[in-house]
Amino acid sequence: MTKNILIAGFGGQGVLFTGKFLAYAALLENKQLSWLPSYGPEMRGGTCNCSVIISDDPIGSPIVTEPDILIAMNRPSLDKFEAAVVPGGEIYVDSSLVDRKVERTDIKVHYVPSTQLSTEKGFDGIANMILLGSVIAGSGVVEQKDIPAAMSKVVSAKHKDLYDFNIKAIELGYEYN
Amino acid sequence: MAQKVLMKGNEAIAEAAISCGCRHYFGYPITPQTEVAAYMAKRMPKIGGTFLQAESEIAAVNMVIGASAAGIRVMTSSSSPGISLKSEGISYMAGCDLPALIVNVQRGGPGLGGIQPSQSDYFQATRGGGHGDYHLIVLAPASVQEMAQLTVQGFDLADKYRMPVMLLADGTMGQMMEPVELAESTAEKVEKPWALTGTGMKRPHNIVNSLSLTPDELESWNGERYKRYAVIEKEETRYEEYLCDDADIIVVGFGIAARVAKNAVDAARAAGIKAGMFRPITLWPFPKEALHKRAATAKEFISVELSMGQMIEDVELAIRCERPVSLCSRVGGMIPSPAEVLASIKAAAARTGGNA
Repeated sequence: MTKNILIAGFGGQGVLFTGKFLAYAALLENKQLSWLPSYGPEMRGGTCNCSVIISDDPIGSPIVTEPDILIAMNRPSLDKFEAAVVPGGEIYVDSSLVDRKVERTDIKVHYVPSTQLSTEKGFDGIANMILLGSVIAGSGVVEQKDIPAAMSKVVSAKHKDLYDFNIKAIELGYEYN
Repeated sequence: MAQKVLMKGNEAIAEAAISCGCRHYFGYPITPQTEVAAYMAKRMPKIGGTFLQAESEIAAVNMVIGASAAGIRVMTSSSSPGISLKSEGISYMAGCDLPALIVNVQRGGPGLGGIQPSQSDYFQATRGGGHGDYHLIVLAPASVQEMAQLTVQGFDLADKYRMPVMLLADGTMGQMMEPVELAESTAEKVEKPWALTGTGMKRPHNIVNSLSLTPDELESWNGERYKRYAVIEKEETRYEEYLCDDADIIVVGFGIAARVAKNAVDAARAAGIKAGMFRPITLWPFPKEALHKRAATAKEFISVELSMGQMIEDVELAIRCERPVSLCSRVGGMIPSPAEVLASIKAAAARTGGNA
């Protein structure tokens, strides 16, 4: 099985970090994987996206053009990539930043007000991890049990406080689903 | 088996270089290869190596010449415009018979171009780039694992044949992360009796030099070099074939283009078209004999490249124009999609009377 995941948002929202977390979780599960960032000026504030492919088989092109899962963290990302999602695919939307509904009717849509939740529940700046929790719960693209180990790969052991902070944000999104 | 780690292609190059004994890196930052330099800057001081950010690409390549002449493993890396600047030094290295690894993580050109991936330095890499009669061994990785592997092999080949080797990657290969297993060099250490290490008053002076004002002497140097090149063409040609045995249509591509082509070949097979993929791993020497063999059974070839059509000339030469060759390409930082390559395959299949 192969899952093509496209994560898109503004630079600074944690698009690449979210992808990195999924990549490490897949590595722990002994899956084949690729992680490809957009590396242009978008890193510094424009729109930014990241292709992650997780598969049981060797991966061909690492560029996701037809995602099974789209994680849209802002309106321009949804506008740009909604049409590209494969029929039967899934879209996860940060509904506190995206002011419209998904138009497609042949895909499963999850609206998660992750930015609003992050402010209300004390997770300022990591709305991406709340949305990611929802993705993991809704799609099963990586297993829940691998969340702690994957987190320890992306957050340095020196920052135990950040580790807990991120784990709790994922849990919040996981429960929201 | 070593444990798999997740790394960017650029980081894998740097770590692989360190693992096989490279302790000297000279460079100048440029997107999309800057992670190589950043990694070296972090690691080299901790292991007693030298990282030096030179004042320019030209300075960096001349530092590589100096370190290589002293007999040590040395590398530099850059992206397209920076490689143009280094080309004078690369020609001097070829003329002095100096081993080194030069990494080009290509971006769109010409001129300052863009920062997105490209393969439009194929001619520059395989035909020289600098002046004079010379070749580089040109290695084209198509995964992060190969970024590491071919870095190690590149150093080994450079030492074995006393010549500069180029790792020709692109922005995608440099920026993407994949699991990689780092392995150390297994090649025998090559003695370098020619190196400038000090005579200790026990031997005559060694001279590393590319200048000769005596034509017959300079001719003999060139002749000797080309004898080595002939051995390399025979012994060191590398390629990968995917579903080529019964293929009517063969897609030829290297690096990221081969990854995209593989998806398209799978899709074509699913649609009932007998397609295959041929991936040169050495661009010089180009695997011409292996590709020519395929011309006996395949009906058409497609060259997939991120250039206006450069490798296609080697494909045509390799198969001696016995079959039609078409081009499927995007440039300027664009990458052909699997759907675009599939459309090319279907068009070729229609021309040759296969399913479409």
